[in-house]
Amino acid sequence: MARIEIKNLTKKFGSLTALDDVNLSLEAGKIVGLLGPNGSGKTTLIKLLNGLLQPTSGTLEINGNKPGVKTKKTVAYLPDRDALPDYMTAPQLMKMYADFFLDFDRARAETMINDLGIDEKQPMKKMSKGTKEKLQLCLVMARRADVYLLDEPIGGVDPATRDYILRTIISNYNEDAVVIISTHLIADVESVLDDVVFIKNGRIVMHEGAEDIRQEKGESVDKLFREVFKC
Amino acid sequence: MEWNFKDGIPIYAQIIDEMTMRIASNAYAPGEKLPSVRELAMDAGVNPNTMQRALAELERRGLVYSERTSGRFVTKEEEVLDNLHEELARKYFQEFAEKLRKIGMDKAAIKESIEKWVDGIEGDNNGKDRD
Repeated sequence: MARIEIKNLTKKFGSLTALDDVNLSLEAGKIVGLLGPNGSGKTTLIKLLNGLLQPTSGTLEINGNKPGVKTKKTVAYLPDRDALPDYMTAPQLMKMYADFFLDFDRARAETMINDLGIDEKQPMKKMSKGTKEKLQLCLVMARRADVYLLDEPIGGVDPATRDYILRTIISNYNEDAVVIISTHLIADVESVLDDVVFIKNGRIVMHEGAEDIRQEKGESVDKLFREVFKC
Repeated sequence: MEWNFKDGIPIYAQIIDEMTMRIASNAYAPGEKLPSVRELAMDAGVNPNTMQRALAELERRGLVYSERTSGRFVTKEEEVLDNLHEELARKYFQEFAEKLRKIGMDKAAIKESIEKWVDGIEGDNNGKDRD
């Protein structure tokens, strides 16, 4: 059974159609790139999967359940902006995550946070942008979730931080989970992807294996993206 | 050891080539245990399923073998390793010969130039210090 099943999903904001009749089925054990330019509907789709938005029409199911209380237990979400209390330190945030999420693996989070050398006494607001992003990712990835929704996890970080983030995603890989990475920085993520979903003006224009694209078209996902989304 | 991937070629195929080279050059010695799929995937910065697929293919080719509980190992079979060296040598020679043909050398001229240059090759360490 598919981990995520989306059928005829439409989301409108007033007269703007953000998602237009989206159908998408994603299997466990895959790292999926949700790739599209700015304003294509990536964040809207992730927010719908996360229950932060309600569909105008159509259905979404995670493990057969509509997004809601049940699915939040098994969905780990990294928003595209800072969403945690910035006065908290790393240990305080770990405690909060442990309180909120039964599947939070504190030992794992501690290991990752130690690797990063984050000062235990430093509140989040004093951390650099890159450190903040890494810390948030560690907290999200330390959950033993079925679905990871990572909205722009590598936006605006230096190449070393980007590598750390991608390696964290790889090291966390588990065959029962699906990881969705939304980004427009294709070249940076394409080597870690199983599946590629191109989204354009609220529509899914392609869903293929990344290796299949390289094999059949003889070009990188990045290059194909530039062709599909040529301005 | 560095991993470098080219655009537009399936990554699993590039992993196979790189791992083959590492085995042929003794970077992974005969009988040596390979890192886990996850470790290799992290090191190369690639999807674990892609790494798994490449290792399965290396196993099919007999260059590595797995033991159910303890992991994957480089083959110890000399025949397989000899064939691998032979195959790689042939491939490199073909590439080299193609370049020489492009600059207008025929078979006799290529043969002559090999004789001429081979003595100038530095060192003879069987490639063991290669990185």
